[in-house]
Amino acid sequence: MKQQTVQPGWVRVTHWINALAVVVMVTSGWQIYNASPIFSALTFPAGITLGGWLGGALQWHFAAMWLLVANFIAYVVLNTATGRFQRKLWPVSVKSVVADALAALRGKLGHDDLSQYNAVQKFAYLAVIADLVIVILSGLAVWKSVQFPMLRTLMGGYDSARVVHFFAMSFLVAFFVLHVVMVALVPRSLLLMIRGR
Amino acid sequence: MSIRKILTGVSGLDAASIIKDAQKELKAPARRLFGKRILTLGGLAMLSGCDLTNDKSVNAMLRKMSSFNDDAQALLFDPNKLAPTYPESMITRPFPFNAFYDIDEVPEVDPATYRLQVGGLARGKRVWTLEELRALPQESQITRHICIEGWSAIGKWGGVRFADFLARSGADTTAKYVAFQCADNYSTSIDMPTALHAQTLLTLTYDGQVLPPKYGFPMKLRMPTKLGYKNPKHIVSITVTNQYPGGYWENQGYNWFGGS
Repeated sequence: MKQQTVQPGWVRVTHWINALAVVVMVTSGWQIYNASPIFSALTFPAGITLGGWLGGALQWHFAAMWLLVANFIAYVVLNTATGRFQRKLWPVSVKSVVADALAALRGKLGHDDLSQYNAVQKFAYLAVIADLVIVILSGLAVWKSVQFPMLRTLMGGYDSARVVHFFAMSFLVAFFVLHVVMVALVPRSLLLMIRGR
Repeated sequence: MSIRKILTGVSGLDAASIIKDAQKELKAPARRLFGKRILTLGGLAMLSGCDLTNDKSVNAMLRKMSSFNDDAQALLFDPNKLAPTYPESMITRPFPFNAFYDIDEVPEVDPATYRLQVGGLARGKRVWTLEELRALPQESQITRHICIEGWSAIGKWGGVRFADFLARSGADTTAKYVAFQCADNYSTSIDMPTALHAQTLLTLTYDGQVLPPKYGFPMKLRMPTKLGYKNPKHIVSITVTNQYPGGYWENQGYNWFGGS
């Protein structure tokens, strides 16, 4: 009996490339952050950072950014072209998100059909896609604040672009943690993202 | 049962519970293996984190990407785009001191004997005194200095437009690079389009006063289109060249273009 593929190959490939790029960007980003912390009370332990020193971390960050951006563009273009965004992530309403979130907290949200996302999932995936856009744009504003005046203004100036970049990273990390916890609770979903069914 | 006797006799531990634990462990070899693998995977990831940074081929790849990023930034650089300027009220006070050494090691340059040398592909005036530089047309700017570490500060610098200085020195402006040697043994180099940018100034003053030693006396090249480490202080020689000159931080791994 042949099971239906739920996650096509391009979804799985872009998902794992994104995962790799995000881990490299975040851990090297933490090392860069440490060189001049935005919040004096917060620095990241050297053991969870990448690059060894500021110069090394910047090399990783500015190498992996191309992977992150190119892969993200491919992901968005393919999702839009195939109508997958429309099918999988839409429609989503505040009411349905609240209802599903309450059901999940009571342990009454089913995962029988992994091909259908519940409202909380839809919302989380849409939010993290939007967050990646903010991460990329704020990063671009920090990197090239003189060359992109519009973007710099949109982010509220150079210094504030750094703060936006920091909080967009924080949201991404929070999503990552929740995402991994959910995968641990429903291990079939990990197989699904590897095998496609 | 002899193990139980020994354990009870020698250490007085609850042998029964130890054996129970051991038996439970043995019953779940699959679980144990899984646990071990998770630990090993974590260990491996941590180790490879260290190794990745030291590995030669990875370093070569990172250097290649950094040089690709030099080209990307050269493409992004718009010679006509100006960095934002600010009112006097926004100047950061005190403006931070920053160098690869402490403030008590700032070099002392004697203004009377100081000479700025221009070398390489230049056919004009090759030796400049401070007085001659001060006699050239001066302009000033209040711009944001952005450090590679992430912090930024707004300062006011005054001096000679570098494009004007290069013209008076008869520099070949079709050359690729301009390199700088400094009194504190610092060195760096920049691309010609940035050298010719309207806001690139050979500065002699800070906030209306003679540039103090901590900010680079007798002169600092100020480029609001580049990060702080690209802005050399205490410059003693300028070389126009087509050979890649590198620099103090660039040779250690900072990106060469360092544009903002």
